[in-house]
Amino acid sequence: MLEIKNLHVKLEEEDKAILKGVDLTVEAGKVHAVMGPNGSGKSTLSYVLAGREGYEVTEGTATLDGEDILGMEPEERAAAGLFLAFQYPVEIPGVGNMTFLRTAVNAQRKARGEEEMNSTEFLKTIRARAKELDIDAEMLKRGVNSGFSGGEKKRNEILQMAMLEPRMCILDETDSGLDVDAMKLVAQGVNKLRDAGRGFLVITHYQRLLDHIVPDVVHIMAGGRIVKSGGPELALEVEKNGYADIVEEVA
Amino acid sequence: MALPQPKLDALDARIAALSMPEDGWPRAAREAALARLREMGLPGPRDEYWRFTRPDTLVQAEAPAAALFENDEAPMFDAFDRLKIVFTDGVFDAEASDDLALEGIEIERLAEAATADLHWARDLYGVLEARGHSPVPRPLAALNTAFAADGVLIRVTGRPSKPVSLIYRHESETSDAYLHHCVKVEAGAELTLLENGPAAARFNNVIEAEIADGGTLHHVRAQGRDHERRAATHVFARLGRQSVFKSFSVTVNGVMTRNECVIELDGEEGVAHVAGACVGDGDFHQDDTVFITHAAERCESRQVFKKVLRNGATGVFQGKILVKPGAQKTDGYQISQSLLLDEDSQFLAKPELEIYADDVACSHGSTSGDIDEDALFYLRARGIPEGEATDILTLAFLAEAVEEIEDETLAGDITARLEAWLARRRG
Ligand SMILES: Nc1ncnc2c1ncn2[C@@H]1O[C@H](COP(=O)(O)OP(=O)(O)O)[C@@H](O)[C@H]1O
Ligand SMILES: [Mg+2]
Repeated sequence: MLEIKNLHVKLEEEDKAILKGVDLTVEAGKVHAVMGPNGSGKSTLSYVLAGREGYEVTEGTATLDGEDILGMEPEERAAAGLFLAFQYPVEIPGVGNMTFLRTAVNAQRKARGEEEMNSTEFLKTIRARAKELDIDAEMLKRGVNSGFSGGEKKRNEILQMAMLEPRMCILDETDSGLDVDAMKLVAQGVNKLRDAGRGFLVITHYQRLLDHIVPDVVHIMAGGRIVKSGGPELALEVEKNGYADIVEEVA
Repeated sequence: MALPQPKLDALDARIAALSMPEDGWPRAAREAALARLREMGLPGPRDEYWRFTRPDTLVQAEAPAAALFENDEAPMFDAFDRLKIVFTDGVFDAEASDDLALEGIEIERLAEAATADLHWARDLYGVLEARGHSPVPRPLAALNTAFAADGVLIRVTGRPSKPVSLIYRHESETSDAYLHHCVKVEAGAELTLLENGPAAARFNNVIEAEIADGGTLHHVRAQGRDHERRAATHVFARLGRQSVFKSFSVTVNGVMTRNECVIELDGEEGVAHVAGACVGDGDFHQDDTVFITHAAERCESRQVFKKVLRNGATGVFQGKILVKPGAQKTDGYQISQSLLLDEDSQFLAKPELEIYADDVACSHGSTSGDIDEDALFYLRARGIPEGEATDILTLAFLAEAVEEIEDETLAGDITARLEAWLARRRG
């Protein structure tokens, strides 16, 4: 589904290489986890896939269902089914959360040539999904993420994912800043979306999220590369011994 | 001090084609206004409050021509039950207007009431304008008092069931229109005054509003969207004890707009809010010049101005809060912000505070910025195309000004219009 080959990325503004040949394939129906020390390039990978400006791809490809996504606008990638749950969701005061979500859902539908979701159906759906994530009506009315706590922001990301029903979900440290209960809610939200047609790339710094979202494959990223891949046991190894051993072992 | 000859010549050239109405009680005020004008002269580019806005097209003898705007939208404020008074190129249109009758107010036209022997408006016409030249002269307002032949005189004695809506149509490409309105809100009375439309190729409009103790005046104005129209407007308001004045203007298009607002808070616990939202694209110059005087204790004033500018458009804000000695517990707030959508556009701001009392809370701020790239990316990453995402952020930026309108339905209407206008531009 998502195929990343030999991806090299540098900063646009300066001569600093961040990704140095990432190879990664996420199959439909699978959950891949990416772990790695701070600064290893995990967020950069997620931003480059989502289409954020400021990065330059110097080599390599990334395709979604065989289609090159690196040449697409961010909104086209979203309409093609790519979703990024941000490590740092952006606060947008003055834009109602609900209005924002309805605009997003319908913009994607329009781009795909599908019928727009009417407001009754939208309201019904969002209320149900929000309830599952313990997001109250008040939060839906407020400005997008504005004044939200860290945990509320992360739950709001998952709500957006649930409403947009993307086929390829990238979650960038969605667990950071969450207490155990909130993490369980988030994990439940993700697990509910797991199905045969959907792929997940779950970026995390700690193993604990992977107790709740059990991955099929775990990758270790260091220095802008995937240095090791394995099963869920790899995450446990990291938990026990830290990254140093693995990074040293492959160096 | 006599004006230098070139300034006098310029003034003579300006008024050569104008004739002072031969009416009754306003005549003395007109003469006095002309005398004031002869002392202050027309605005020049070196005058303190005209450095950011070129006065030439507003002071030249003939109005520069302005093409008519093809407008296929529903008329502004159409959804509201209101008493409509229509002026076309500054001339009253009886056929298009409603009967000037509404419970709780008395409405007359200046042109008709001016021949009466005695009239309440005698104590208002030209009076607030005359007080409004300190510390800086406002010659275009004096010009208006001297020569405006029509306008409405509204005395509010109760709480009318609907707003009074002044509609300004523009049908002649070369029209030069002057209207002068007086609004007297009696103690405890309340009125909403709406204004909309381009009015003329060049429009000079004055409102003098006297709001007695406990009175309320809401003013919402949508300036016409004819690209080439020009307007110089003045609102002079004097507020009594515990009275409220809230004024909001939306300006979209128009090659030249200068809106001046002069407010005196004369009684304790008065509340004055002035706000504006403007969207300018290309050949567009919009100026808000606001002067608020706190002359009594425990009054509150707010100025909230938001300007969205692109393709070389210019926005100006000059706002001053003057707190007089003894006006303790003054609460003054002023914010002016611009959203510059490209590097060709500019925002010029001159925020000022002058305070002669020690126990006051006054703050002012002015910022200029471009679209928040992080927010834009966030919206796009959710599938919202760039143009639409930019509009969403633009509307959010303007929202703080629009929210100053107290009536939520009116505010919602303005927001919906702004949304549609932005979408239109996107094509
Ligand atoms: N826009 C940027 N400007 C400067 N440095 C950046 C930028 N984006 C990423 N980097 C640098 O690239 C490296 C990888 O960062 P990031 O992708 O955020 O890592 P991770 O998410 O794994 O912690 C870090 O050294 C970081 O400082
Ligand atoms: Mg990161």
